[in-house]
Amino acid sequence: MVELLRFRTDEPSESPAVTVDCFGEQTNAGAVRIEPGDDARELLPHLAHITRVEVNFPVFGDGRGYSAARILREAGYEGEIRAVGDVAVDQLAALRRCGFDAFQPDVPMNDADADAALARWDNVYQKTTDGRAPIWALRHGNANA
Amino acid sequence: MYKYDNYDQQMVDTRVEEFRDQTRRRLSGELPEDKFRPLRLMNGLYLQLHAYMLRVAVPYGTLSGAQMKVLGDIADKYDRGYGHFTTRQNIQYNWIKLEEAPDILADLAKVEMHAIQTSGNCIRNISSDHFAGAAADELIDPRPYAELLRQWSSFHPEFCALPRKFKIAVIASDTDRAAMRLHDIGIQIVKNDAGEIGAAFYVGGGMGRTPMVAPCINEFVPLDWLITYSEACLRVYNRYGRRDNKYKARIKILVHELGKDEYTRQVEEEFAHLKSQGIEPPLAELERIKPYFADPAFKAGLSDGIDRSDPDFALWVDRNTIAHKAPGYVSAVISLKPVGGIPGDASADQIRLMGKLATDYSFDECRVTHTQNIVLPHVEKARLKELFDVLDANGLSTPNLDTIEDIIACPGLDYCSLANARSIPVAQKISERFASTGKTETLGELKLKISGCINACGHHHAGHIGILGVDRKGVENYQLLLGGSEAEDTSLGKITGPGFDEDGIVDAVERATDVYLAKREEGERFLDTYRRIGMDPFKEAIYG
Ligand code: HEM
Ligand code: SF4
Repeated sequence: MVELLRFRTDEPSESPAVTVDCFGEQTNAGAVRIEPGDDARELLPHLAHITRVEVNFPVFGDGRGYSAARILREAGYEGEIRAVGDVAVDQLAALRRCGFDAFQPDVPMNDADADAALARWDNVYQKTTDGRAPIWALRHGNANA
Repeated sequence: MYKYDNYDQQMVDTRVEEFRDQTRRRLSGELPEDKFRPLRLMNGLYLQLHAYMLRVAVPYGTLSGAQMKVLGDIADKYDRGYGHFTTRQNIQYNWIKLEEAPDILADLAKVEMHAIQTSGNCIRNISSDHFAGAAADELIDPRPYAELLRQWSSFHPEFCALPRKFKIAVIASDTDRAAMRLHDIGIQIVKNDAGEIGAAFYVGGGMGRTPMVAPCINEFVPLDWLITYSEACLRVYNRYGRRDNKYKARIKILVHELGKDEYTRQVEEEFAHLKSQGIEPPLAELERIKPYFADPAFKAGLSDGIDRSDPDFALWVDRNTIAHKAPGYVSAVISLKPVGGIPGDASADQIRLMGKLATDYSFDECRVTHTQNIVLPHVEKARLKELFDVLDANGLSTPNLDTIEDIIACPGLDYCSLANARSIPVAQKISERFASTGKTETLGELKLKISGCINACGHHHAGHIGILGVDRKGVENYQLLLGGSEAEDTSLGKITGPGFDEDGIVDAVERATDVYLAKREEGERFLDTYRRIGMDPFKEAIYG
């Protein structure tokens, strides 16, 4: 069982995460926690000194966090984006594609299931910021698209 | 028809394995039902009143003969010998065992089919014009665009937990045969004044308890931005669609609450941002897809004559065939609405037979219509009689396309756990009544649609005549609606007044049609007369 599944080589920062609202006032905090209703774009002016963003999934079915992560990555954010809350193995592949590189679910995941889920998809149809060449790029001889 | 390459095949095969693994974890108890539910829904597996139901995707409604054969075989092997064609051009099986669902998916994958995203809060199967590539009035075949969107929307990582289901339809003619404006996104492929092809986006339509007709938010999105624009529409919805109330979670509510202009502004802003993200496939990808939908090798110099000496055949030709763009050909519609039958149902043998007929008579292609019939898109006029005779011998020659017998009905209380009332028996009684009085033919085009509850799976809002099952003090009751349309003149029906019991609703429908027959002017359909004279004369006759 893994408590924290992480795909980064830097040391995990465990400084407490502030809410997006609080962050507006104390922009020197290093870690922020995004709730589903928060606008990730409010963080864009401050990305340079954020080292960790936690995106909370209070329930499996609330998919706003997927957009939040992509928006941060599209803006060039390179720090950690950690999915917390109701996160399960069956979401891992999609979350990775959206830019999440750390997972700290309420209920720890079974290692073997997590590995299988992450290794499952050899190819992808869409382009995101995860660096994988989508199938249309492979078809047209452009693996770097 | 589109053919999978190794990539497409691998994606579908991988999904089979993933679902097999998820099912294994469910059956072993590792996954509780509440965690498994969203996973199975992403794969079209519903738990209904009596068993699991599996919905298989038929992208843009197009099937080969071999695919139809497999759909028939599945009905025999895993169901009770029947399949049910749906209003979104898919097919459903009503008696599925969970343990067998992965095997069904594996059988489907062998013929390039799947059940990916046929339910759940994700982008659903993309529907289209069932006469695509055959219709005399189309600008261009819409299906290559639908296929491009299919690939983009399959396993889209950002949009796998949307506020609610998301349905897209793509058409390319001014005649709307796909209820385009009643979709979350309706796309019409159009040509601008400069002669370029692009896409008009209609966003925020839908049925359910709050039916809405989608407004046009952009009249011309250039083709090389089709995917990026769609992604912008979806991202705004994923971020701001309501999640506090599932009845207000569809994009129609967001567009309505923000107003079309504000929603459009947000989409345009997101679009401007996404344009720099390189997410649009190159036009070369569209060009790769297009040849799969090229015209089949139509014969030249065919005669347009049809021997009409057999009156039954002549009636069927008049009712169930549609003009084709190539001389000497027609599109033939096989009605799955036999008098007294279950709308959209076909037996395994009939499904296989229709597959064989597609191969033998229609360049190996058939289509599912959103009105729950099957189309053989390209039939030689000279071979129509031969085709008709085979259909006739197999109970598939009912000549009632677009008539009051060509009813759309949802599964209703016979299968559905959400139903207030049965839909199927009402459909059966109506078709029996009108067939026996011979009025069907006199009434001409009359679209009747029945839903067993307010969720509107049977499109009752969009019927020239609509019937809605409600629960009245624990008794099944039916409301009557008039004046809906899901064609290019999209409109939503209005309720006539107090509801009826099962026999009462059949009488009320008949009285409404009598008003039409008494008041109609030259060339008017039921809907036209209703629009001209309004509700009052109908009310008077019905409640008098
Ligand atoms: C029997 C199991 C079924 C259940 C539990 C079910 C459930 C639902 C629900 C809850 C909605 C409303 C969604 C909303 O407004 O957000 C809906 C809409 C719909 N369903 Fe079903 N359905 C079933 C079967 C079918 C079948 C067999 C068909 C096709 C023949 C179908 C086609 C549709 C369509 C076209 C809509 C309207 C979509 C819209 O609102 O734009 N459903 N269904
Ligand atoms: S309209 Fe209602 S009764 Fe009919 S299938 Fe949909 S949910 Fe069930």
